[in-house]
Amino acid sequence: MSFILDGKNIPFKEGDTIMDAALNADTYIPHLCHDPEFVPHGSCRVCLVSCNGRYVSACTQPAVDGSEVESNTEAVNSIRRELVAMLFAEGVHICPACEKSGSCKLQAVAYYVGLLTPRYEHFNPPGRLDASHPDMIIDFNRCILCELCVRASRDMDGKRVFSISGRGSEASLVINSESGKLGDSLFDVSDRAADICPVGALLPKHKGYEVPIGQRRYDITAIDGAAAREPVKKSGKSDD
Amino acid sequence: MTEKLKVATTSLAGCFGCHMSLLDIDTRIMDLVQLVEFDRSPLTDIKTVGKCDIGIIEGGAANTENIEVLQMFRDNCKILVSLGACALNGGVPAMRNQFDLNACLDESFVNGAGVVNPGVPDDPELPSLLDKVQPLHEVVKIDYYIPGCPPSAEVIYDFLTRILEGKPVDIPYAQIRYD
Ligand code: SF4
Ligand code: SF4
Ligand code: FES
Repeated sequence: MSFILDGKNIPFKEGDTIMDAALNADTYIPHLCHDPEFVPHGSCRVCLVSCNGRYVSACTQPAVDGSEVESNTEAVNSIRRELVAMLFAEGVHICPACEKSGSCKLQAVAYYVGLLTPRYEHFNPPGRLDASHPDMIIDFNRCILCELCVRASRDMDGKRVFSISGRGSEASLVINSESGKLGDSLFDVSDRAADICPVGALLPKHKGYEVPIGQRRYDITAIDGAAAREPVKKSGKSDD
Repeated sequence: MTEKLKVATTSLAGCFGCHMSLLDIDTRIMDLVQLVEFDRSPLTDIKTVGKCDIGIIEGGAANTENIEVLQMFRDNCKILVSLGACALNGGVPAMRNQFDLNACLDESFVNGAGVVNPGVPDDPELPSLLDKVQPLHEVVKIDYYIPGCPPSAEVIYDFLTRILEGKPVDIPYAQIRYD
């Protein structure tokens, strides 16, 4: 069985979603809340594709034999740009001051869809930081509510340290401990949940700027694996 | 020879890094000045904006003077360009948006570590701070955006050349960076 994704033939097996098949065929469809290790969550919507003319989320939609799927088109990417711009506007994303910059999936997806401007008025939420844990820190204003840490802690670590509480714009990441602080939870730096966050919300301590900006994962290779990034030249550094 | 395009630039709540990056185009600035004439800009030290074809602004709006200058640029420039992270989304100065303004002033001038002669400066000459640092597009209409902290000399040069040649402006994937 197979379908066509942006003109390329993608084989799949019974039960595969469009995303599973694309990942197996090393073909990139943008995604933030998806990780093949976990049950699909279908919340971020950046994996939106057009399947036989209908918009669906690739990470939850079962692949259909003979279907035509469009992903990397201006029509689809323009919708993704709005979705990503909303994530930027509702949180606090000051990339130059974020330790995740260059290895952040939100940022890399924003590059991929060509987001040049924030587009919306910023929500400017009040600062909320949890630095109570000896090895990890949480900046809640960078959390995109992807629930990857929730799923990792629950399904792999068997701890249920994280959950999402509230709905809509009130939704927020909460920590399962008496005080609500990460330091008082069962969380450990060796947990699977400790290194799953796609953005700079759940970050390891003591590692700040070990890898310089400009030499990080998506600085070297773009998130779709294809485009080579232009090397960074910053002011103040001479070329010779 | 066709008339030179007039360009004005300014730095609002920015660090001048974007202007430094502009200067990083090095000797190509010689080619550029064949095509453009600088109006108000830290490079010319002219303090008022005349009628311009292109206005390039670094930095977000953090105080009442920033708003005034921004409005002046909008009124006088046919094309307004937001240059760099702070112009686009407030950048590092906007980190204060997560806190109450009075708490920030208090931390800096009253109860902060190492403060001598505590007291929030209130000289009438000083522009008032805005409650929140705003990206430019929240204040006036912006025509083009160039992300980066700072945007590299290449991005700036490529952008300007395309505008000057009347070509559609498009920042290629490999050049889009937010840091
Ligand atoms: S989490 Fe990602 S998008 Fe947000 S500030 Fe950090 S690097 Fe930028
Ligand atoms: S902390 Fe990170 S992994 Fe957890 S929900 Fe937020 S963005 Fe997702
Ligand atoms: S990756 Fe499919 S909805 Fe998030």
